[in-house]
Amino acid sequence: MAEQVLMLALSPTMEEGTIVTWHKKEGDSIAQSDILCEVETDKATMEYESVNEGTLLKILVSDGGQAKVGDPIAVVGEPGEDISGLDKAAERKAEPATVTAQPAAPEPTVAPKSAAPQPATPQVSAEQLKASPLARKMATERGIDMRVLQGSGPAGRIVKRDIEKALRQVASRGPAEAIGIQGPAGPAFIPTAAGPAAKDERVPLSGKRKIIAQRLAESKFSAPHYYLRIDVDAGAMMAARQRLNALLLKDPVGKVSPNAFLIKFVAETLKKYPVVNSSWQGDAILRFGKIDIALAVAQEDGLITPVVRDCGSKGIVQIDRDLKLLIDKARNNKLTPEEYNGATFTISSLGTSGILEFTAIINPPGSAILAVGRIHNAPVAGEDGTISVRSQMILTLSCDHRVIDGAVGAAFLSDLKAFIEYPIDLLY
Amino acid sequence: MANYDYDLLVLGAGPGGYVAAIRASQLGMKAAVIEKDKPGGVCLNIGCIPSKALIHQAELMRCGKELEEIGVKVDASGLDYGKVLAFSRKAADTLSRGVGYLLKKNKIDLIGGQGVITSAHEIEVKGHGKVTGKNLLVATGSRPRSIPGFDFDEKTVLSSTAALMLEKLPKRVCVLGGGAIGVEFAHIMSAFGVEVHLVEMLDHLLPLEDEEAVEVLLRSFKKRGIKIYTSTKATGYKKSGKVVKISLEGKEGKQDLEVDQILLVVGRVPNTDGIGLESLGIKLEKGFVPVGDYYQTSVAGVYAIGDVVNSPMLAHVASKEGEITVEHLAGHQTPVKLDPNAIPGAVYCEPQLASFGYTEKAAKEAGLKFEKAVFPYRGAGKSVAIGKTEGLLKLLVEAETREILGAHVVGAEATELIHEILLAKTAELLPEDIAVMTHAHPTLSEGVMEMARMAEGWAIHV
Repeated sequence: MAEQVLMLALSPTMEEGTIVTWHKKEGDSIAQSDILCEVETDKATMEYESVNEGTLLKILVSDGGQAKVGDPIAVVGEPGEDISGLDKAAERKAEPATVTAQPAAPEPTVAPKSAAPQPATPQVSAEQLKASPLARKMATERGIDMRVLQGSGPAGRIVKRDIEKALRQVASRGPAEAIGIQGPAGPAFIPTAAGPAAKDERVPLSGKRKIIAQRLAESKFSAPHYYLRIDVDAGAMMAARQRLNALLLKDPVGKVSPNAFLIKFVAETLKKYPVVNSSWQGDAILRFGKIDIALAVAQEDGLITPVVRDCGSKGIVQIDRDLKLLIDKARNNKLTPEEYNGATFTISSLGTSGILEFTAIINPPGSAILAVGRIHNAPVAGEDGTISVRSQMILTLSCDHRVIDGAVGAAFLSDLKAFIEYPIDLLY
Repeated sequence: MANYDYDLLVLGAGPGGYVAAIRASQLGMKAAVIEKDKPGGVCLNIGCIPSKALIHQAELMRCGKELEEIGVKVDASGLDYGKVLAFSRKAADTLSRGVGYLLKKNKIDLIGGQGVITSAHEIEVKGHGKVTGKNLLVATGSRPRSIPGFDFDEKTVLSSTAALMLEKLPKRVCVLGGGAIGVEFAHIMSAFGVEVHLVEMLDHLLPLEDEEAVEVLLRSFKKRGIKIYTSTKATGYKKSGKVVKISLEGKEGKQDLEVDQILLVVGRVPNTDGIGLESLGIKLEKGFVPVGDYYQTSVAGVYAIGDVVNSPMLAHVASKEGEITVEHLAGHQTPVKLDPNAIPGAVYCEPQLASFGYTEKAAKEAGLKFEKAVFPYRGAGKSVAIGKTEGLLKLLVEAETREILGAHVVGAEATELIHEILLAKTAELLPEDIAVMTHAHPTLSEGVMEMARMAEGWAIHV
């Protein structure tokens, strides 16, 4: 009997997929586990393995077309079978993904349909979801948004294995939570366009871009952000780093990065301010038992936040080694969800891009993110009125006001500054 | 597409095969079951059902003692074990006929005769001819296992089958094998006044069960005068006249034991020979049919379930496996196999023992972080009221996620009580969900609630 081949959820957060290329053509015979086509999901391009057997009778969604999860994309059966009734794609657009603006259109710009911001997230509350108590508990603890999962339990209920699957999904799917920086800038030198002005182009959203947009908007629109800026003298930290690196000269792993120092200082400061190491849960504030600090890492097509676990009990060298492994995996799209989900605090640094200071958007489930600017020489007026040139760094802390009040955020930042400037204080 | 006589052809009408056939019929498949004996298999005819009938009778005997405590004079001298047997056979026959009726009602053909698989789509049935099916389901079950030196002659060395058919009980019996079957027979025979010696090779009875739970059972058995020999092997026997002398070898050395009969219940062997599996190129592993997801064998379209595959040899496992296969064939979404940690096991002696999932020992060996709660039966008022205070309810919970890892109940009605906990497990409820549910008072089920509360740190009645 002929059957429709449906678009499957190839990632836990996938709602629709774009067919990149069909590997089989109509008339080809298909065995189970054959690669039917490649599908671009919200986060990565995945191979679609057949669960059906038979002959590919009809392709309903061709290369470049999009289909929602559960929509038919092809029909498989015996050759010559009557497939009427099965050979209709879902009632929606299945046009090629790349659509350039109509050249005939006179207006060069399209007015926004509405000035009001559109809702950024699915409007289902976590309580309304069908999920087992165990799955809920695991999702809360691991910082997984259940609203983007497909339940595999009875009647679509989200169960333990769905959470485990989400945790296992390889990092090529990108970050579960987007945070407040963009990927690396484009080429520094853009050749001047020759000839007539280029046409406007509508670039369809990649799945990853959609998720980043959704999560960023969700964080920014639901968490009332405020920002605290502080100038920090990085001299002592850099001197300590220099000394440590001299000690580690023969260590094959190489030099310890300033980020490892920062993570350690933040972890120690968080120990003094558990409120900053917390999460807004709607009906309660979850105070995390561990200090798991993420560092935002740029990827070619987005960004990801690998998490160094339990920083409170690790030394700087250990943090650095963990970080190097994670960053390496992040750049190669090899992070597992356990490695990038559930940070209790996040650090984002754009110093290497030359940025002096910036503000970042909070990375849920955490309630604060630290934006780190470039370490640079700057004239500083000392208390005695003399001016000296010092190694300076500007830190900006974004806080969720639902969890962290201004005075607490300020005290945290000021203590962090003290640790960075007088690292020996860590011993007291 | 080739035309087959049936969509699903099932070999064996035990609890695996007949349930699969009925489920297939419900889902619109045309199904037939091939059976050389009576429908219902070992379970209904020479296993679960008749043994539970005997256990019920045994329990009535034991109630006599309770009656005497309130002054009733019970005269058990007229006991006619032949009538006990007749009662159990009646139960078996009624249910076997019931299966025949269910098959008929679901328009399933019951083909009588020995079936041998001749191809992936065909079974040759002795005295009937060839039958073809789009899919084949092997559900031929198992038979009692013997050990060297103890061949079943069914007169001196009895299998469980013969033990269920006894018209007269021996005065003394040696039960070889302290698994569920051995323990149940020891219970039955002891209740009818037989002197029972129960021998187990491993270091505790019911070796797959939680030691703390088994300990309760052990105490009760010893109190009743059942002699238990653990870490003990039977090396042979001699018969002189009517007396059977059996040689045991244990930690304390060798000893001989005089009994009238030996009941050998050391496990079961899958019925996988002589049914044509080799002609399909299926290679057995330790006698079992290797299967993958949905219990498919290495041959497409041929599935195997129940005692012939390497999963717990339990009737309810066979039935569930059959359902999984058939639902998969019908295109339904189903788990690829049974979750081994959510399979209930039940031992029907008194006190009863029922369990699922990790034992404490297994959880430790697996390196799991867990907490345990053990609630004594006597904490539930009902147990005191009915004089069944012996027993405990034990719950193992993952320390962080609070997932239920396993439960072990020993005591009155344990085999019924286990299911509330198992439902919680399979629905992924947490102990707190059981703890806050109102349970009727007075019931033994209150013990389940208190056990869950204990896991959450607030049991009331301890």
